[in-house]
Amino acid sequence: MQYVIAAHDRHPDSRGALALDVEQRLGDFSLAASLTLPARGVTALFGPSGSGKTSLLRLIAGLDTPRRGSIRLGGEVLVDTARGIRVPPHRRHLGVVFQEARLFPHYRVRGNLGYGMRGAGRARFDAVVELLGIGDLLERFPATLSGGEARRVAIGRALLSEPRLLLMDEPLTGLDGARKQELLDYIARLAADIDIPIVYVSHDPDELTAIADHLVLLEHGRVLADGPLDDLLQRFALTDRLGGFDAASLVTATVDGHEPHYALTRLRLADGQRLTLPAVDAAPGTRLRLRIPVREVALALDVPGATSYRNRLHAVVEEIGPTYPERAAVELRLRLGEQALRARLTRKSLDELGLAPGMPVIALVRSVSFDTRRESGGAR
Amino acid sequence: MLTAAETEAILISLRVAGSAVAWILVPGIALAWLMARREFRGKALLDGLLHLPLVLPPVVVGYLLLLSLGRQGWLGRWLDEGFGVTLPFTWQGAAVAGGVMALPLLVRAVRLSLEAVDVDLEAAASTLGASRLRVLFTITLPLALPGLLTGTVLAFARALSEFGATITFAANIPGETRTLPLALYSLIQTPGAEAAAARLCAIAVAIAMLSLMASEWLARRARRRLRQRDG
Repeated sequence: MQYVIAAHDRHPDSRGALALDVEQRLGDFSLAASLTLPARGVTALFGPSGSGKTSLLRLIAGLDTPRRGSIRLGGEVLVDTARGIRVPPHRRHLGVVFQEARLFPHYRVRGNLGYGMRGAGRARFDAVVELLGIGDLLERFPATLSGGEARRVAIGRALLSEPRLLLMDEPLTGLDGARKQELLDYIARLAADIDIPIVYVSHDPDELTAIADHLVLLEHGRVLADGPLDDLLQRFALTDRLGGFDAASLVTATVDGHEPHYALTRLRLADGQRLTLPAVDAAPGTRLRLRIPVREVALALDVPGATSYRNRLHAVVEEIGPTYPERAAVELRLRLGEQALRARLTRKSLDELGLAPGMPVIALVRSVSFDTRRESGGAR
Repeated sequence: MLTAAETEAILISLRVAGSAVAWILVPGIALAWLMARREFRGKALLDGLLHLPLVLPPVVVGYLLLLSLGRQGWLGRWLDEGFGVTLPFTWQGAAVAGGVMALPLLVRAVRLSLEAVDVDLEAAASTLGASRLRVLFTITLPLALPGLLTGTVLAFARALSEFGATITFAANIPGETRTLPLALYSLIQTPGAEAAAARLCAIAVAIAMLSLMASEWLARRARRRLRQRDG
């Protein structure tokens, strides 16, 4: 089964988009992908190990040449086997952050950062150093850096080469929890601050939910699905494929005001409905991405009387997911103005409530987690 | 302290060995790179040819040089008629003989150190916009520096001690091709020169020890630069 959506339909602005149509064979493994990746935001290549994520990234970077096919970035052809074109990696102007930091051991951090620096990069040196918090490391040699520090330097080095596209191959691999979160925050900040599209390879759903706008799902060297992350997370058919992703809805809301006395923050959804959440440090007017796990949503037909659920949202049942005799739970997709909300309940509750598409319901939201990233005008 | 003949032999030796290393350095590194990084037809054959001077009797190498680079040799005639260069029986010829004998050692050491350079670092450099040449000079060669130094000193020492190929191709002409080993050989042939021979022996040992120590010192310095250093 294929769930390929014609990606270019959703990205009319394909000026800087990466269009690829490639075939590659490495021993028993074969890769065949036809994709258009958006020119903005973070695109994640997601899949189990051996699904072809890294192979695809190497093809884009020019470190490998496809057996057949073409890769274009904006209007420029990077590879076209039919026409015998192959732009070597050093003329592609793509930044690559490898799984291992790959810092040059004989250069100090400053030398590593400056290695690929071109014209405009010079002016940004200080800004990038500050953004990544590596100012104190400049005179050190790579061998003396910790794993997290080395990755940050590697990211800075790639950024300063003024890339048109930043490719990141599992840049958090091998870091422990705290370091991982720290670096993830840096990358999320980066994605919001710089106007360079990022292609991010990972097999970790948590990482991707935190930073990806667009998701390409790979399996056995084939593209299984491709689309905005929020859309893919809504698709029942992909639930098993995206097993690692805690099924959740991503909802955008605007900060309305704070109730410091109760340590609460009021948010307003696009359709005017309100949510009250534990205090968030964000100024009124800030747009936030909320992540609402399916298990945190309960449904009721009427507004319940006295309850501790602060958040009651009026919604309409849009679609009821497939039911299986051996499974107790069933998933529903609700419409919340322009946004979608997923809920999971038992089949028994479904029958007792007599839910059907088109029925209005009250969604009771127990808790919400925040996407670390501010709404940054990603791929949507 | 040193006799005129000794000084002369030492200077000729240094000049011959220095020139030998100078002319094989670039081709040696290129060959080492080819062997370390490229697959091509006839690689095994080239590898064998490169090692030949190590296993052949040096006299054979000298004789082959004479056949090819001598006045009547195909290469020699071309050099003579085209450029007026004559190699046999000149100190330049001795440098060629020493270089040929030293080449395998240089290629071997450089090849090993090139193979140890992480190609992933070269790939990273290329994604940062570095051309192949820039990658070679900023990443590959600096990282291979310890092996490069070791190989150079080894080659120098080999050229310095070269005897068989030199005497066959360049003969033993005082003031021209009489290097230290050849001078020692001549003294051994001369009755009653035992003391002079012993002195040359000691000088040879001293030069060899010095170059080995210099190589070790340089390599250690280069390695330290690459390894952990507290900033």
